[in-house]
Amino acid sequence: MKKSLEELKAIRDKKKAELGLRKGKNGYKVVVGMATCGIAAGARPVMVRLMEEVNKRGLTDVTVAQTGCIGLCRLEPLVDVIDPDGGKVTYVHMTPDKMSRVIEEHVIGGTPVRDYTMNILDGQIIDPVVRED
Amino acid sequence: MKELALHILDISQNSITAGADRVDVTIREDSKQDRMSIEIRDNGSGIPAEMLENITDPFVTTRTTRKVGLGLNLFQAGALACDGSFDVHSKPGEGTDVKAVYRRSHIDRAPLGNMPDTIVTMLMSFGHARLVYTHELDGRRFVFDSQEITDTFDDPDALTDPEVLEWVREFVAEGLDEISRPDSGEDIIEGVKDEKITGRA
Repeated sequence: MKKSLEELKAIRDKKKAELGLRKGKNGYKVVVGMATCGIAAGARPVMVRLMEEVNKRGLTDVTVAQTGCIGLCRLEPLVDVIDPDGGKVTYVHMTPDKMSRVIEEHVIGGTPVRDYTMNILDGQIIDPVVRED
Repeated sequence: MKELALHILDISQNSITAGADRVDVTIREDSKQDRMSIEIRDNGSGIPAEMLENITDPFVTTRTTRKVGLGLNLFQAGALACDGSFDVHSKPGEGTDVKAVYRRSHIDRAPLGNMPDTIVTMLMSFGHARLVYTHELDGRRFVFDSQEITDTFDDPDALTDPEVLEWVREFVAEGLDEISRPDSGEDIIEGVKDEKITGRA
């Protein structure tokens, strides 16, 4: 089956009916590191999973964004989740499956996933313990 | 980078950082000539002449600008390792053109990889910039132009919608699948069609 422009137009007409739903940007913002280091470490599949989850779960007020290298290349892929009040949680060594869990528990459930977060102690970044699920 | 598609995603981020509002990605594959080329052209701010000289040197470039570091260097190394060539042309105020050429059958040539995922990830990072992706394979051609999507929706933000992105991903996957099949009827241009018939006779 060839994807048709008709199908795209059907999506458009449906979106028009839902006009305004996606306009409220008061929800969570998810930022993925997309510099050379992030891409080489696997940022693209994380990004694609994020898109799939947002679509599948109909999360109309979640904003998806990218950022460049922030100097923590060894912890890439990095994902920041910023809550509606501006609080930021940084997740490290992300994978598509970890992204799904963060969406479920943090973005929908409101509780950060501590297993994947970056920890700072006395101004030093402590690499997270690698946990095998 | 395990895939050429990841290099394309990476280099395109430079274009966006350089303020481009149009990026053209053109891939040409020719199995008879055993050549493959990847070209990324933008209308961004361009690279000053003195920096262009050693643009692929990771040490020189990272010190002078943050927008290029290892990305171009890795892209270049991959092409040169495959009996290929690598060129960066740029004019400040006009844009930049990066082109990598490979011997297509070279054992060290990385696979193209997942272009549909690269295209949607590019779109997610492009804002309102236009992406035109052209892929030619032995005379068959596939083109994706993001302008067609924003025109259809009459909304520059249409490409931030995950449902639209999913459509784009499938559209690109099907388009590439189609040009990969030499016997697919509809998209074959005249010259190739004639050649095929002669070959079978």
